[in-house]
Amino acid sequence: MIPYALGFAIGCFALALALNLWQVTRARAVPDRVLALDTMVINVIALLVLYGIAAGTGLYFEVALLFAMTGFLSTVAYAKYLLRGDVIE
Amino acid sequence: MLPALIAALPFLGALLPGLMIRAGRNACAIATGSVTALALLGLMLHAPAVIGGEVILARFEWLPALGLNAHFMLDGLGLLFAGLILGIGLLIIIYARFYLSAEDPMGQFYTYLMLFQGAMVGIVLSDNILLLLIFWELTSLSSFLLIGYWKHLPEGRQGARMALTVTGMGGLAMIAGMLILGNIAGSYDLSVILTKGEEIRASEWYLPALILILAGCFTKSAQFPFHFWLPHAMAAPTPVSAYLHSATMVKAGLFLMARMWPVLSGTPEWFYIVATTGAVTMLIGAKIALFKDDLKAVLAFSTVSHLGLVTMLLGLGTKAAAIVAVFHIINHASFKAALFMAAGIVDHEAHTRDIRRLGGLRRLMPVTFAITLIAALSMAGIPPLNGFLSKEMMLEEALHTPWAGMAWVFPLLVVSAALLSVASSLRLNVHVFMGPERTDYPHHPHDPGFGMWAAPAFLALLVVMIGLFPMTFAGDIVAATSRAVTGEAVEVKIYHWHGLTAALYASVAAVVGGALVLGLHGPLGRLWLALPRPEAKAIFDAVVGAAAGVARALSEGIHDGALSRYLAIFTVGVLGLGFWAFAGGVHLPGMRMPLEAGPVAWVGWALLATCSVLVAVLHRARIVALVLIGVVGLVVSLGFVYLSAPDLALTQLSVEVVTIILLLLALNFLPKRTPAESGGARRLRDALIALLAGLGTAALAFALMLRDFGLPTISDYHLANSKTGGGGTNVVNVILVDFRGYDTFGEIIVLGIAGLVIFALTEALFAGPAGRRLLGWRADAPKAGDRHPMMLVVAARVLLPISIMVGIYIFLRGHNEPGGGFIAGLVVAIALLMQYIASGSAWTEARQRIDYHAFIGVGVVIAGATGIGAWFATRPFLTSNFGYFRIPPFEKFELATAMAFDLGVFLTVIGAVMLTLASLTRIALRAGTTVNAAPMDADPSAAPASEARG
Repeated sequence: MIPYALGFAIGCFALALALNLWQVTRARAVPDRVLALDTMVINVIALLVLYGIAAGTGLYFEVALLFAMTGFLSTVAYAKYLLRGDVIE
Repeated sequence: MLPALIAALPFLGALLPGLMIRAGRNACAIATGSVTALALLGLMLHAPAVIGGEVILARFEWLPALGLNAHFMLDGLGLLFAGLILGIGLLIIIYARFYLSAEDPMGQFYTYLMLFQGAMVGIVLSDNILLLLIFWELTSLSSFLLIGYWKHLPEGRQGARMALTVTGMGGLAMIAGMLILGNIAGSYDLSVILTKGEEIRASEWYLPALILILAGCFTKSAQFPFHFWLPHAMAAPTPVSAYLHSATMVKAGLFLMARMWPVLSGTPEWFYIVATTGAVTMLIGAKIALFKDDLKAVLAFSTVSHLGLVTMLLGLGTKAAAIVAVFHIINHASFKAALFMAAGIVDHEAHTRDIRRLGGLRRLMPVTFAITLIAALSMAGIPPLNGFLSKEMMLEEALHTPWAGMAWVFPLLVVSAALLSVASSLRLNVHVFMGPERTDYPHHPHDPGFGMWAAPAFLALLVVMIGLFPMTFAGDIVAATSRAVTGEAVEVKIYHWHGLTAALYASVAAVVGGALVLGLHGPLGRLWLALPRPEAKAIFDAVVGAAAGVARALSEGIHDGALSRYLAIFTVGVLGLGFWAFAGGVHLPGMRMPLEAGPVAWVGWALLATCSVLVAVLHRARIVALVLIGVVGLVVSLGFVYLSAPDLALTQLSVEVVTIILLLLALNFLPKRTPAESGGARRLRDALIALLAGLGTAALAFALMLRDFGLPTISDYHLANSKTGGGGTNVVNVILVDFRGYDTFGEIIVLGIAGLVIFALTEALFAGPAGRRLLGWRADAPKAGDRHPMMLVVAARVLLPISIMVGIYIFLRGHNEPGGGFIAGLVVAIALLMQYIASGSAWTEARQRIDYHAFIGVGVVIAGATGIGAWFATRPFLTSNFGYFRIPPFEKFELATAMAFDLGVFLTVIGAVMLTLASLTRIALRAGTTVNAAPMDADPSAAPASEARG
């Protein structure tokens, strides 16, 4: 059962990534694009975890952890840039 | 004292003046002089043995595989030249102490002088021609610094540049010549080459080697037609001219001809090239010297003439002529250095060295007059001074040598040159010191203090003593040197009276004729000025200008500042080479079966391809392009995970974050859109190139993956030896810190340098026009009011300890599991960056105890020290070691020296990343952004405004 569930979930997140990319490309405003990029990071983390379960190793959970820890920073930087122009004041 | 140490002492001494100048000018001169005196003493201790016929050797292997060895040799020739260089060097140091004015940076002067001295001593003591070449180039460079010492004078800078260009080009030719010579002889050691004269002269490569080596000698010794640089180098301070152009630099060419004399001389080629050039130079130099009005220019051209004389003597190829050449080198150094210093005294006291404005100084400057009189009479060849002795011997040799069967060529050339030389020597006395006293000197002249005339007076004394007692004062050293030059024992006899010989008549004719010519100097000078003559500087400038024009056209053609052009040229070049290599090389057909790609891989591939195309299409909107690049980075790191390279994935992700922050910082000050600059045809061309390059890379990757490697790969070696050799199971990390530790060490140094350069560049930026533009910069978009949102500040604070802990964890386990110093450094840097973004630079920097510069320095030092540590275990640099330890109650753990190395990497990465960002932050501060020291906009500890009111 697990392999099917994993396959389904991976398929869903892959589709989500494609849709995110659509949003990155087509969104009207820059904040929307940045949000889409942020969502992509989250979806990639999900894919990593799923892939880790499929491969049966704990290594990918750590990688996912690091993605989560550092990935949001670029979103913060974009937000700061859009709000204030200067990222580090 | 070892010859190597004698050569090294001046270089070590070059460190002193810069320090000692802080203790005053006297201390500086004394410290510098003592080093030279010590080297001279060391040399003199060898003198008895060397004069007795011994050759002192000191040999150190340097790069034996290339034939480059630090072999030093001290024989008679080396003793004579090293003695001249160090002895006159010592006198010059004393003289310069009193010559340089208070505004001249004396420490700098002595440093340059010592560097030059070391290079010269190195040339004359080298026993390896490659080592000699290194010192040869060093003299060109250090003399450039000395000639251009008065940086405020344009003539000084131009003269220095000309000297460097001419002697540098000659040096290049000489490198080629020496390599050919070493190739013929089968060794680059002089002592071996000197024994293979026959073989070398018989070789078909003899003529090219000869011409190339002579090109080096002639440019250095200012022989016709390369004589033009020497007078322009006279813009240097007089001590420099006296040193470089009497005793040392210009004599280097003569030294080399003398050194190579046993090997290269004795052939018709040598005779016709060297002797003819020498004789022509002698005549031309003497003629120009007569009509110059600048005291130092007169001396410069007379130096050219005397160098020509020595060159001619060496060119004659007979043993007797070689002895005269050696003797004249000594005599010329003594009287010419004295004359230069005396000219410097006149210039220093009268504030001019234009002969037309001088005259009648006899009574005002009696001491200087006496020195000049003795030295100039010696130069004119008046008995019983030393110049007379060598000139008589020279005439004796030259008068009896036919040139291409014509007996009159040499007599005509040398007697007219001698005649003109007499005239210009006498002119120095007559037109400067004799005649009525004038009232219109730019400055009222009088004799200087003892310190300034001591050195030239000593030399003048030497002129007289060698003149009166040649065998006592010069006989031994001339004999020892001649033995070294000719390669066999010689008998030296120097005396005044040779009987009524042709040389004596020629000498008398030259003196009488010279006096007559001087009497007619006025009308002759006018005639000379009326004649058209080539102006060397104009020709030189035209040649240099043309060469620079060609170079500029070439470099601006391919290097015009447009990135698109570099990329196009580079890409087409790589494509062409790659295609050529693939078509011409041997390779197996692709036999491996492609692997099946899963759906995840397909999605990733589609994302990557789409984004890459989109970046190209949307690149004009810069912020959108940046977001898309973020997607590319994300997918690439995902790809690394998928392909089992979690290390690379982590690195890629961290680099991605730092890059985006860097670009956003820069984008704040840049236009938000890229303007369209290229037309349709150009874009089509670029698209075509890009497409070809992409397809080429893909095809190459595909072709590579379908084949097995023809040779065992380094990857297999790394995989097999990672655990056993490096003590780690994470092969990537073991490669970084162990197998390729040298590379990593170099890379972190480069990274540190990059960080420091960015810091320095932003500092420098503020001083220039960019800084002024920044002052007038206005933000092009409205700003939100929330500067440091409380939510962000709190989140960043909570994440800091967690991130640092994760960083340390990744660092510690890096040797065996994904991680390591590089990633850990990036993770910690990102955690620190978060604080910068959340609370601003002022708040963060107020809490930062250690400078980022120190991080870089400490990191590189730790990595280097780890590498050096291997030496104590008598292993090569950066050899790592590891062991397993157990401290209860912990489990058994491994310690590897590589971990200390990794710590260095870790610290350097943090330092470099943070320093770069901190530097870029300062740009915004410069543009007028204000900072606040509070951590966030609102102060949560203060009571809300409504409560405070109630």
